[in-house]
Amino acid sequence: MSGFALPSATLLAQSILSGIFTGALYGLLGLGLSLSWGLLRQINLAHFAFAFLAAYLCYQLAVLGVDPLLSLALIVPAFFALGAALHAAMARFSITPLNSLLLTFGLTGIVEAVIQAIWTADFRKLESAYGAHRFKIAGLFLPVPELITLLVAVVLSFGTWAVLHYTDFGKTLRASAEDAPIARAFGINQGRNAWLLAGTCSALAAVAGVCLALSFTLAPSQIYAWIGVVFAAVMLGGPGRALAPLAAGVVIGVSEAVTMAVTAPSWAPLVSFTLLIAILLLRPGRVA
Amino acid sequence: MSEGRTTSGPVADHAVAADAISAARRLPHAPIAIVGAAAVLAFLPALGLPAFYDSLLYLILSWIVLATSWNIFSGYAGYFSFGHGAFFGTGLYTSATLMARFDWPFLWTLPAAAACACLLGVALGAVVFRVKGIRGEVFALLTLAVTFVLGTIVGNTPLDGGSGVSLASVPIPRIGPTPPATFYLLALAAATLALLLSWRIAVSRLGAGLFAIHDDEDAAEVMGVPTFRYKLAALAISCALAGLAGGIHALFLNYVTVGEVFTIAVPLTVVLMSVLGGTRHWAGPAVGAVIITLLLYSFTAADLAVAGKAAVGVILIAAILFMPDGILPRAQRVFPRGKRPPLARAAVASEAPRTPAPAATVARGDVLLRARGVAKSFRGVRALAGVDIDVRRGEILGLLGPNGSGKSTFINLVSGRLVPTAGSIVFEGRELTRCAAYRIARAGVARTYQIPRPFRHFSVLDNVALAAMFGGGGAAEPAAARRDAMTWLAFTGLQDKAHAQPDELNLHQRKFLELARVLAARPRLVMLDEVLCGLTASEMDDAVALVRRIRDQGATVIFVEHVLHAVMAVTDRVVVLDYGVLLAAGPAAEVMRRPEVITAYLGQPYLPGHPPDTELAERPGA
Repeated sequence: MSGFALPSATLLAQSILSGIFTGALYGLLGLGLSLSWGLLRQINLAHFAFAFLAAYLCYQLAVLGVDPLLSLALIVPAFFALGAALHAAMARFSITPLNSLLLTFGLTGIVEAVIQAIWTADFRKLESAYGAHRFKIAGLFLPVPELITLLVAVVLSFGTWAVLHYTDFGKTLRASAEDAPIARAFGINQGRNAWLLAGTCSALAAVAGVCLALSFTLAPSQIYAWIGVVFAAVMLGGPGRALAPLAAGVVIGVSEAVTMAVTAPSWAPLVSFTLLIAILLLRPGRVA
Repeated sequence: MSEGRTTSGPVADHAVAADAISAARRLPHAPIAIVGAAAVLAFLPALGLPAFYDSLLYLILSWIVLATSWNIFSGYAGYFSFGHGAFFGTGLYTSATLMARFDWPFLWTLPAAAACACLLGVALGAVVFRVKGIRGEVFALLTLAVTFVLGTIVGNTPLDGGSGVSLASVPIPRIGPTPPATFYLLALAAATLALLLSWRIAVSRLGAGLFAIHDDEDAAEVMGVPTFRYKLAALAISCALAGLAGGIHALFLNYVTVGEVFTIAVPLTVVLMSVLGGTRHWAGPAVGAVIITLLLYSFTAADLAVAGKAAVGVILIAAILFMPDGILPRAQRVFPRGKRPPLARAAVASEAPRTPAPAATVARGDVLLRARGVAKSFRGVRALAGVDIDVRRGEILGLLGPNGSGKSTFINLVSGRLVPTAGSIVFEGRELTRCAAYRIARAGVARTYQIPRPFRHFSVLDNVALAAMFGGGGAAEPAAARRDAMTWLAFTGLQDKAHAQPDELNLHQRKFLELARVLAARPRLVMLDEVLCGLTASEMDDAVALVRRIRDQGATVIFVEHVLHAVMAVTDRVVVLDYGVLLAAGPAAEVMRRPEVITAYLGQPYLPGHPPDTELAERPGA
């Protein structure tokens, strides 16, 4: 069993660093989920399925010789449309938040089946020009794909935050989330706002998926592996806040990585979910 | 008599489960059907079908137990849990550990499995239910998190050790002719137990309370439902059944691993089954379980597992879009049976003309409720700053004051919705300030809400019956409560709407429904919060007459109102609050002439030199 062994300083630093990288991906995956939950009142489980679908598309394009970052130009608009269409369907049937959870779970199952039918259940790994490169600074390894993920997560989180706080579009979104009928009375076009936001959330899922493809091996069953921990990050930060998923994601990522270094990798889930349970019990008003 | 049912739209049929209150009378068939079906199915192994049928049937029954157990708490009370895997897994590992390490015989491990899962559920509930605001998505994800934490712990300790537990050497008891038949018979017994419990709860007081919690937990508590205890009881039963299913499944699997148990798959499957079948009916989850299990199986058997996954997804989406209430309620709408018993009509004919007997002999004059130094602050905002109010038995006391003066806070404090920062409230010699709201309701205190808060999925009759069941009168059993309720509906003139849904009532009728609910609780103190607000002049006259009749049949009334002519007409005495302090008390006609009261309502009289906009202006913050 796992004895407690104090790791060396370098190992600890490397763990923290890899925790930050993993946390950035948690944050990136959580960003769209958080926006859709907090601002649209829809819990989109299919977010993860969309991310994986985007990852597989990116993989397929890479096999055909398209650079992963270049493939974003194709993938992002496609997923924007997909998200907007899904939202239109949910709005048409006026789905409650809980039913949105169940409905998007059904959708996840369908997407998983489609992925499995096309790419099989085997593991796939994207081979790109970035994968091989890594910097070494002060004895610490900095792999390029992870650096890209971190950069993208930071830029998108701060970008979203700026849009929400400094543009009219962002302000109307926040106003609608706080009190929809009043916002409507002030002339905010909520229908248009909602599909724009839903599209954006899917596009964010797609970007997260491409980053996922850069550093991780893909398998259809892996869709479910991310749900728990990313939800933990979203709830830890409080849904609907742009910077919160990244911050909470990094906190979880680092605490997981340190736990793995100090005890055994299999104990890692304990940290994130204990954190989540604690925050829910101590500050339930913070979410939903 | 035109039944609400024939005229009602889709909402009316939401009431299937709420009407379970009445089901107790007309459905003694249900337990007979359950036991009868079980008895017939018990002979199946004797036919000597191929073993694989026994296994398939075992799986169906096992899912019936799991889905039904989930529904008993989560479906009835509306607390959607994604943690059913944790309780199932607890039972499974309890049983596996006892068999593999301690050589317990299989059957003896089953009660232990149920007990451990039950204990986990009660411990979880005892913590979570004390935190206000943990409902809906938050509760769902919290329970999911518990599943992963538990799974991690089990996987990393000797309970599992990360490699799984093998039960190959554990002997299988010879209950059936073959091992698969044994598992089938055990699961059949468990499913019978689960369905009987689910039915029994749906038609009992516990069920009525849980359905009320589903619709409006605060209102249920204030009407006398012991919400904490009821939720805990339902969760305990739900977890024990899940643990039992887990215990049986341990030996069925023969080889147990964490990765297949403590996952999101178990809870999502049971939620799917329950939602598909209908969460407000005792048999709904079982219907869903049969459909989903057969479907998944037929795809696996045909080597189309991938297509099966997609098909389940499509079915789930279609079910939510087109049957948000589930298959059973939908089916009942399409094939209505003679559902409405003649009970309601009979009750109207025989009992409506009779005025209900007074709840207690009216001895006017002595103090019924004594509030002393009652104060309440909300994070620095002082809503009440130490008020003394006496309410005398048999009077109608007007409680007046501008908006924000603390009237509603006072009602919330007396009803136990809020706990005062300081002071004491004594009702019939009993201190209320530390009492749970439901105990206050049972002691004989009832209130209405300014914006009516009927239970949405209950019929009008059942809304009132719930109050009769849990209020101070304690009409105990659902059937008796419904008869009482009919009387009070007649008293308030709503008898024709008995089977309508609250959504179909206009504001005036909803206000009267609030009054009927209050009356059905047989209270000695009634607090009416702006019952006249929003009514037309003639509706107001009806309401005022009704308030008088409420007092005449034995209750003391606290009447919060802004409509002054009604206050003048109906009250014996008024007290006026302003900024959380008592401004004046006495007969209405005298008090309303006092200058400080006029100032409180209308502002300072105009004086030359003051800025003109303060003239007749509402008080700031008013």
